Amino acid sequence: MDITGRKLFVKALEEEGVDTIFGYPGGTVTDLFDELYKTDSIHLVLPRHEQALIHEAEGYARSTGKVGVCLVTSGPGATNTITGLADAYYDNIPLVCFTGQVPLNLIGNDAFQEVDIVGMTRSITKYSVTVRDRGELGKIIKMAFYIARTGKPGPVLIDIPKDIQTQTGPAEYPEHIDIRGYKINNSVHVGQLKRAYKLLKAAKRPLILAGGGINIARANDKLLKFVEIEDVPVVTTIMGKGAIPTKHALYVGNCGMHGKYAANKAVSECDVLFSIGTRFNDRITGDLNEFAPKAKIVHIDVDTASISRNVVVDVPIVADANLALEKLLEWAEPKKTSAWKNQISIWENENPLGMRRDKGMTPQMIMEHINKNYPEAVYVTDVGQHQMWATQYLELGKNSQIITSGGLGTMGFGLPAAIGAKIANPNKDVVCISGDGGLQMNIQELATAMTQGAGVTICVLNNYYLGMVRQMQQLFYGKRYSATCLRRRKSCPADCKGPNKSCPPYTPDFVKLVESYGGVGIRVEKEEDIDAAFEKAKENKDVPTLIEFMIATDEIVLPMVKSGNPMSEMILK
Amino acid sequence: MSEMKNRWIALYVENQVGVLAKVSGLFSGKSYNLQSLTVGTTEDETVSRMTICVTSDDITFEQIKKQLNRMVEVIKVIDLTDVPIHMKEILFVKVENLDKDGLDQLFQIAEVFNTNGGNVRVVDMNGDSAIVESKHTEHRNNELVALLKKQYKKISVVRGGAVAIESISTGCR
Repeated sequence: MDITGRKLFVKALEEEGVDTIFGYPGGTVTDLFDELYKTDSIHLVLPRHEQALIHEAEGYARSTGKVGVCLVTSGPGATNTITGLADAYYDNIPLVCFTGQVPLNLIGNDAFQEVDIVGMTRSITKYSVTVRDRGELGKIIKMAFYIARTGKPGPVLIDIPKDIQTQTGPAEYPEHIDIRGYKINNSVHVGQLKRAYKLLKAAKRPLILAGGGINIARANDKLLKFVEIEDVPVVTTIMGKGAIPTKHALYVGNCGMHGKYAANKAVSECDVLFSIGTRFNDRITGDLNEFAPKAKIVHIDVDTASISRNVVVDVPIVADANLALEKLLEWAEPKKTSAWKNQISIWENENPLGMRRDKGMTPQMIMEHINKNYPEAVYVTDVGQHQMWATQYLELGKNSQIITSGGLGTMGFGLPAAIGAKIANPNKDVVCISGDGGLQMNIQELATAMTQGAGVTICVLNNYYLGMVRQMQQLFYGKRYSATCLRRRKSCPADCKGPNKSCPPYTPDFVKLVESYGGVGIRVEKEEDIDAAFEKAKENKDVPTLIEFMIATDEIVLPMVKSGNPMSEMILK
Repeated sequence: MSEMKNRWIALYVENQVGVLAKVSGLFSGKSYNLQSLTVGTTEDETVSRMTICVTSDDITFEQIKKQLNRMVEVIKVIDLTDVPIHMKEILFVKVENLDKDGLDQLFQIAEVFNTNGGNVRVVDMNGDSAIVESKHTEHRNNELVALLKKQYKKISVVRGGAVAIESISTGCR
């Protein structure tokens, strides 16, 4: 018997095992929302803005590995998801985003709330398509979920005109799908992998570079086993952080622009760089001519197009991290690396990560207290200085995870992503680390946290500035703080060089603001008060707790490599 | 960096709305240097075939093929750069304000270019203007356009972009 498109839509979600959908209603999706109203199997989350909505779906997907599902209306509802689609695209997060569309016969008329969302999102989705035939609806939804979660995961956008939702058509939702232009690589080239392994065996200064691909493939255990047998040190990208537990003796740290001295030194000095699941982003490589100059490079990645794009490698291998590591484990045998490990610890002792402790509450202290109070948690960051401090200082064990906008660097990501992660993991602690700038980009989501009973702990590192840019202005632009002071008012002097006695008050008052939503707000100004604040936060299981940490305005993220410089040229002080 | 040169790709894609935009968007979005792109349906009406000419070095060209390959709508990518193919481009040139000598010369030019597998003819004319049709390699068409531009004051050029198919027996471009 034929059924309506709207009925098939819900049936498809149920068959895909979707338990949560992030949706914001509007004119062209009212039919779909009406159908969702009738089902008990799908929890419908109503955020306060579509940009936040898609970040929430990302938080859900990033914390579970499952596909995050969004439903928004046409026009502005759809365009508001664009930032999140790009964010998910660059970090390879599986999402299916359904957008409403005006009826087929109105497309092209500049109808009310009509936009060509498929055209707008082609370059930031794995696949995007308008359903033009009710008969195709089931097949297209099946394709969307399949494409989103397989291979190198990513966002898929399905645009459904209003009349397709109400038209009747086949009731079947396909069990399998075969897409002739989309074939998953389910194997690994054993010959190539053997070549790579031989290089590693022969190396005197071997180093494993683990990227986000390890975490996405959830190949952490296999990687750990492999490096433990081989006794090879590991550095990670920001997205790869947690690939092996950060307290492990073989873990050196993050490399890249704000990486650890020892990690960047190790990359610069190693003779074999065995990399898995990274696309060698410019934030990792710096000056390409000087990247790992002494090393033969092995590159394992699931995406052919990532290989030999930024860095020309000696042994390219197209494979899923899990498959490659499975094979490598068959061959793995112990290796002598003690001299090389010693060298790395010498570098570590020369320039460990660390901030001064004599000038009040530093970001480092806050991260240390988070480690102490939340040893197992999902940590979610926004974008900026606090993000770098979090990726530098947070310790990740096997049961912890860091969620961060690595590729796109989306301010406003943190709070909604944390809420999405909490909705997906109600029994885990979710700690959001944000800045006073980024938090305000989606601060309306405090309402979503309240209504969803998402007891996230929000740590705001308030330094009154858009600190990451301010840091660049301080170091490279003669302290000309153009548009980075968040207290600045019309009455301020044009050439203000930093905080002074006549600075206007900060707005908003975050503590009062979160209280107005019904959450708990705490302001912390001294290190001694940090633990008590976290104790209080842990009591609030069902409402968000916002802790505002008043940190020094002039704290900068170090080490730092200036964009485009070689990774060996680190600014350390 | 290896040499920048023209390279050709044949691309089988789904014959669907938006696929052309997606393929051409890749070239603009990633700053690849697209010379020409032609598209038409194949014997299977659900499949279109594109012939694409790009100017690039080796590394970029490899990247272009990989990027095309990972598009869901792309069924198959064939590198035509170094394989025997038949390739032709259609070109029309309208030449105006011709006097008698000019017209005579135009016929001569067409005849001279009507070689090496090309097909160049005057296909339409009136008292003072004429249209030349040329089915030839892109290279020969470039030369023809250059010559006509030099010889005549007012010409209009329409080019179709090259289409190519793999040879059965001998090499031919």
